[in-house]
Amino acid sequence: MFLSNDVQGNTEMLERHIVQPADAEHPTILSTEDLHVYYGKKEAISEGDLRFASNQITALIGPSGSGKSTFLRSLNRMNDRIATVTGRIMYRGVDINQPSIDVYEMRRRVGMVFQRPNPFAKSIYDNIAFALRLRGTTDKHELDEIVETSLKQAALWNQVKDDLNKSALALSGGQAQRLCIARAIAVKPDILLLDEPASALDPVSTSQLEDTLLELKQNYSIIIVTHNMQQAGRISEYTAFFNQGRVLEYDTTSHIFTNPQVQITSDYVSGNFG
Amino acid sequence: MMKSTQQLEQQLKRHSKAAKLEIWGKVVSFSALILIVAVVVGIIGFVASKGLATFFTNHVSLWDFLSGKSWNPGVTDANGKPEVGALPMIMGSFLITVLSAIVATPFAIGTAVFMNEISPNKGAKILQPVTELLVGIPSVVYGFIGLSVVVPATRAIFGGSGFGILSGTCVLFVMILPTVTSMSVDALRAVPRYYREASLALGATQWQTIYKVVLRAATPGLMTAVVFGMARAFGEALAVQMVIGNAALMPGSLVDPSSTLTSVLTTGIGNTVMGSLQNNALWSLALVLLLMSLVFNLIVRLIGRKGRLQ
Amino acid sequence: MMNPKTQNKVAIGTLYGVAGLVVLILLALLGYILVSGLPQLSWHFLTAPAKAFLKGGGVGVQLYNSFYLLILAMLISFPIALGAAIYLYEYAKDNWVTTTIRTAIEILSSLPSVVVGLFGFLFFVVKLRLGFSILSGAFALTFFNLPLLTRSIEDSLRTIDTTQREGGLALGLSRWEAVTRVILPAAVPSILTGVILSAGRVFGEAAALIYTAGQSAPALDFTDWNPFNISSPLNPMRPAETLAVHIWKINSEGIMPDAKAISSGSSAVLVLAILLFNFAARYLGKRLYKRLTSA
Ligand SMILES: Nc1ncnc2c1ncn2[C@@H]1O[C@H](COP(=O)(O)OP(=O)(O)O)[C@@H](O)[C@H]1O
Ligand SMILES: [Mg+2]
Repeated sequence: MFLSNDVQGNTEMLERHIVQPADAEHPTILSTEDLHVYYGKKEAISEGDLRFASNQITALIGPSGSGKSTFLRSLNRMNDRIATVTGRIMYRGVDINQPSIDVYEMRRRVGMVFQRPNPFAKSIYDNIAFALRLRGTTDKHELDEIVETSLKQAALWNQVKDDLNKSALALSGGQAQRLCIARAIAVKPDILLLDEPASALDPVSTSQLEDTLLELKQNYSIIIVTHNMQQAGRISEYTAFFNQGRVLEYDTTSHIFTNPQVQITSDYVSGNFG
Repeated sequence: MMKSTQQLEQQLKRHSKAAKLEIWGKVVSFSALILIVAVVVGIIGFVASKGLATFFTNHVSLWDFLSGKSWNPGVTDANGKPEVGALPMIMGSFLITVLSAIVATPFAIGTAVFMNEISPNKGAKILQPVTELLVGIPSVVYGFIGLSVVVPATRAIFGGSGFGILSGTCVLFVMILPTVTSMSVDALRAVPRYYREASLALGATQWQTIYKVVLRAATPGLMTAVVFGMARAFGEALAVQMVIGNAALMPGSLVDPSSTLTSVLTTGIGNTVMGSLQNNALWSLALVLLLMSLVFNLIVRLIGRKGRLQ
Repeated sequence: MMNPKTQNKVAIGTLYGVAGLVVLILLALLGYILVSGLPQLSWHFLTAPAKAFLKGGGVGVQLYNSFYLLILAMLISFPIALGAAIYLYEYAKDNWVTTTIRTAIEILSSLPSVVVGLFGFLFFVVKLRLGFSILSGAFALTFFNLPLLTRSIEDSLRTIDTTQREGGLALGLSRWEAVTRVILPAAVPSILTGVILSAGRVFGEAAALIYTAGQSAPALDFTDWNPFNISSPLNPMRPAETLAVHIWKINSEGIMPDAKAISSGSSAVLVLAILLFNFAARYLGKRLYKRLTSA
């Protein structure tokens, strides 16, 4: 689908350029329609209507304060009670931004990983098994199996398999973040939202994390906020550029990076921003 | 396709276990909170209804109660009115509160300044535990030490029985010292670092910085600390009762036996019959105590509000 | 006038003096309590019942009563304080209702304990006809304890990073589960410290008890654990003078010939117990925290 405001010559830059993904192999799994987010009276997201392709990685980039986190946190309603979110958030055809939606059930399908690793003050095993137990999975073998597969998917299993009963707070930053990913995928979500998951990590951990995400893409649809342009370039199929609460440009990542249509995007991705 | 969407919608709209737990938790925790509020309302309501009975049931005039100098609720005076003048106790309570605050304030603030400005290291290692331990000593122990050390000392120096406001002040001074100190430390800590750095950079000595900048900026907090100490002194019962002599007379001097609201209450309530004038008059004293506690609370709030405005 | 440099020296010297004096006061207090009290302590003193008109009694019953009351009061007040703290932490909106509730709690915490005791007397002893009893005393101590315990638990919850809470919510936990299953366990070390410190306060409290738990300590039969028997240590309906009340009582009545020795001994026990509570609070808090975070 092609929704750009206008098609003009390549010499003149557009004000906004939105190309929604249209790939039959990867149908839309999540989309926002007429989305507005307000903190009190202040509008933090004014134009943010995007479609997200399933089993792909979509990167949200843009300067700090442009509303990336606000947008992302609205997608699984983590902003309930913090901000007012109007409009529709369609998940597989169901508007999950209605009051009648059970947010707890919804968040099991739309999981989230945060900027700062936030493992619980529990053992590594319990960090993962905990949410499952609360929802009635009590079978030890089943739990063991889920813990193992989740840790393997998050590429952490080999490092911690002998220390499952140790406190998760003792893990290094990179390991802790991968534990958080394992924890999020243990409840078998459909979509994984990540808010600058690598910003607190060293380069080695970051690259391991990226490999993990590329693996996870086969089973999950991933939306990731990143301030790291190279990262977006390395892992994502689609990239949306946010500025001052608006998505100014949305297209395949290669288009955004090699042939941006909007001046600000161009400045931003080439690093002459601000 | 449509069918699966509907199915999903149904699943997503089902009231999950989490949603039920959420309501349950909210109700349970709110009940606990309401219980506490009910206790507060209950205490104020009960004490007020009992305390006001003196005036409404026994028709004692409020003015006589507040200004009368003789306290003898069992006895009627020449005019046939019961002797329920609470002034001696009210005076006693205020005197002992103000005096102990006057003595404790310089010590408390001095110690706090020492802990926060002069030697934070010694402050954290020695004085912090010292104040915490002092807070922890029970008031009967203070009373007992007052009785066995302070009262004899007062007797030796000033003659008389040794019981009285002076002994009470000594005991309360030590009792409120740690409270005022630790709250003063909090007040000083709230003064931003750069205030000090700016002052020192201008060539002020450390003392000038403390005196002109830090203490000034911390004034509302320090005042709050002192008011808290006074509230504690005003409400302290047993330690004071043990050393003040318990004579419901206008305090003639600081070393004569006197009494406070709390001391008369602790000794009296058990010896009167519920519903009698003697008993109601004591509840009126309790009501005064409660009202004063509210007043101290209000003062703290007013100081806080003013501090924020600045 | 002195020049600023001399003034500075004098002032700082004075502050050293003031701080030193405060340390001295504590040392003198502790010294007096321990020097006059420790010699009184013996197995007999700690276990024998008190004697009213004779020398040589002990404080066994009072000591037991103090602990029994403490445990009961804690059992009643902890769940209430926990619930209230959770509500304030998680659910309370920033509006006038919350402000009013917080004010009410603050008022309760600043009420003189004698007023709380008198209310306990009026309500439990007289109105509910519980008489001078452990139960009346435990309720009075609960009221005395609730506001500070609530605040201490709420503060403990607030020390835990909010990202933990969000982590829980993102897994589909309800807010109630996020607080009780994620935040609360992480806050246990600090909550425990607060609970033990408040236990110390409760243990030494007397003014709230003299008209609720009463001022007499009937002899107990430590072989009878049927709570319905009057001499059973577990009977919650018997009057129960505590150690703190005992100190006050024997000093204001003065009919006990060795009142001073008994008071010294009791004060030492009281202060040692509270010191113990303090150390336990610190030690257990730190240890639990280590357990929670160590590899
Ligand atoms: N909890 C909040 N309350 C009020 N304003 C907020 C809050 N969170 C973010 N904002 C504001 O919303 C705007 C977008 O912030 P954010 O979504 O965090 O941006 P980004 O993640 O792109 O850096 C900023 O102006 C920020 O100040
Ligand atoms: Mg952000």
